[in-house]
Amino acid sequence: MMKIKVKKKILAKNEDFAAANQKFFKKKNILCINMISSPGSGKTTILEKTAKALKNKINIAVIEGDLYTKLDAERIRATGLEAVQIETKGACHLTAEQITNSLHKFDTDNLDIIVIENIGNLVCPSDFDLGETVRVVVLSVAEGDDKCKKYPNSFAQADVLLINKTDLARYLDFNVKMVRKDVLKLNKDLKIFEISAKTTAGMEKWFKWLKKAIR
Amino acid sequence: MHEMMVAENIVETILAQVQKKSGKVTRVVISCGQINAINDEALKFAFEAIAAGTICQGAKLKIKHIPLKAVCNSCHKKFNFDLYEPQCPKCGKSDFLIGDDVPLILEEIEFEKK
Ligand SMILES: Nc1nc2c(ncn2[C@@H]2O[C@H](COP(=O)(O)OP(=O)(O)OP(=O)(O)O)[C@@H](O)[C@H]2O)c(=O)[nH]1
Ligand SMILES: [Mg+2]
Ligand SMILES: [Zn+2]
Repeated sequence: MMKIKVKKKILAKNEDFAAANQKFFKKKNILCINMISSPGSGKTTILEKTAKALKNKINIAVIEGDLYTKLDAERIRATGLEAVQIETKGACHLTAEQITNSLHKFDTDNLDIIVIENIGNLVCPSDFDLGETVRVVVLSVAEGDDKCKKYPNSFAQADVLLINKTDLARYLDFNVKMVRKDVLKLNKDLKIFEISAKTTAGMEKWFKWLKKAIR
Repeated sequence: MHEMMVAENIVETILAQVQKKSGKVTRVVISCGQINAINDEALKFAFEAIAAGTICQGAKLKIKHIPLKAVCNSCHKKFNFDLYEPQCPKCGKSDFLIGDDVPLILEEIEFEKK
């Protein structure tokens, strides 16, 4: 029997693609956002409303990740933005390589922001760096206020938290104060916005943050 | 779920190491940090499935969890950071400095020559 010391990163291949993507975004001066959440938290709706509000001021394109279907990309295109759909055929996360392969489908010369809507899944995508500039996690009040305790990984690695569907908060026992306290314990630099993508309440601050981030 | 892909990457990395040798891998040791979404059971299950039919078939997978060091800003206690209990074990405050988390690493393998 012989022991072989290997000492190699297991996700090295993903990291190589992520590093290449990051370099590309830097060179093109593009802000890349990796958006992570449970299914149905409102990612696509947030993007639709963001597109509507900023369409003539900022050039945004979207990469949509879904297990199956092209529905989300169609919703984004209906707002006038360019969108590419990645269907993972069952895989629970996007990989940096899939992003690399999608980038050439856009005219990236005039883009300010590329948003990647990751697969609806609060756990798996957090281990796969896509080379993004910032990571945004969406938590909707309908999911309950204990999610950052139960699924801390995604929250610990995010830059921004969007607490969505606040229009429903009064029907649900969602304690926003507690969530703020809990996530800041995990991640004290996290930027938090409370929004309703349905009514657009609170979204102005998110738009402002985006405008500032691309400068 | 994504453990499947992690298992694939483990087997690929091993195969690249022992390319020209004949024999079989009997034990695989990997290490991971705290801020990842690896479930031990799921990874072992996935590894067993992916290893089948390769020289890794039947190999034991050992997963080492490397603690994440933290220092309390209030009472200066050093402790291992727990994602599920993010507070200082001594004073209970949640103001601390967290060290760097380690990535998934294939540490070593045990190989039996034919
Ligand atoms: N009441 C309310 N409903 C919302 C809000 N935002 C989204 N929704 C609804 O929530 C449902 C899911 O929204 P989507 O935008 O498709 O969610 P998603 O995160 O993109 O979903 P997946 O891509 O399937 O993971 C839709 O019926 C939306 O209309 C909100 O702020 N308030
Ligand atoms: Mg969607
Ligand atoms: Zn302390």
